[in-house]
Amino acid sequence: MEILNEIKFTMPSLSVNEGAARAVVSSFLIQADPTVEELSDIRTAVSEAVTNAVVHGYRRKKGNIELTVRLLPERVIYIRVKDRGCGIEDVEQAMEPLFTTAPEEERSGLGFSVMQSFMDRLKVKSAPDKGTTVTMRKRLSAHGD
Amino acid sequence: MKIDIKSENGAAIAALSGEIDHHNAKELRAELDRFIISVQPRQLAIDFGGITFMDSSGIGLIMGRSKLMKECGGVLEVLNPQPYIRRVLKLSGIERIVKIR
Repeated sequence: MEILNEIKFTMPSLSVNEGAARAVVSSFLIQADPTVEELSDIRTAVSEAVTNAVVHGYRRKKGNIELTVRLLPERVIYIRVKDRGCGIEDVEQAMEPLFTTAPEEERSGLGFSVMQSFMDRLKVKSAPDKGTTVTMRKRLSAHGD
Repeated sequence: MKIDIKSENGAAIAALSGEIDHHNAKELRAELDRFIISVQPRQLAIDFGGITFMDSSGIGLIMGRSKLMKECGGVLEVLNPQPYIRRVLKLSGIERIVKIR
């Protein structure tokens, strides 16, 4: 699919970068003129995906998180969050609401549920020791709506 | 991230401002827990009016404080969440456990 615009950046898996990732995504999306609600949905979904990479993917050793944001035709926003961390053994189980492997850190197990309900499409590709790639899409409402 | 706690006659309000994510939930959790354990209020209301962003880390924060308040014989409430925060709260079903006003 044609890419109208794209931003791609890499950051170390430091929790402070969860906020940095949201800020960069917000700035990039200004050109698409999303509604307050749409921007808030995307920011929240990005925050969940990056947090998963920090908390779970790089739980044992730090590494890099790669974030890609694309503006596609028909006002579709594409987001990819990729890590090369420990990966997920059972993706289906990980996506179940309230499932968490980090209750001691008060992780609610709702990260994927938030991504799923705030975005139109969510895809999770993962393999143990290979890492996890989360891709999400959301179509913004027609301009002027 | 800012937290301002006022307490009177066993009822306390903790007004939060800023963004709640995994990174700064740790600090909030520590500060709220310190207060709950030392003061043991009957009622603690966390005011979300000044919160400009919250992801599911905020749900963990509320659930954890609700549990601690219960253990200390008190009740936790959530005040003034903005519409986008309400959506995360709704998705979690937390309103079955914690009163939201």
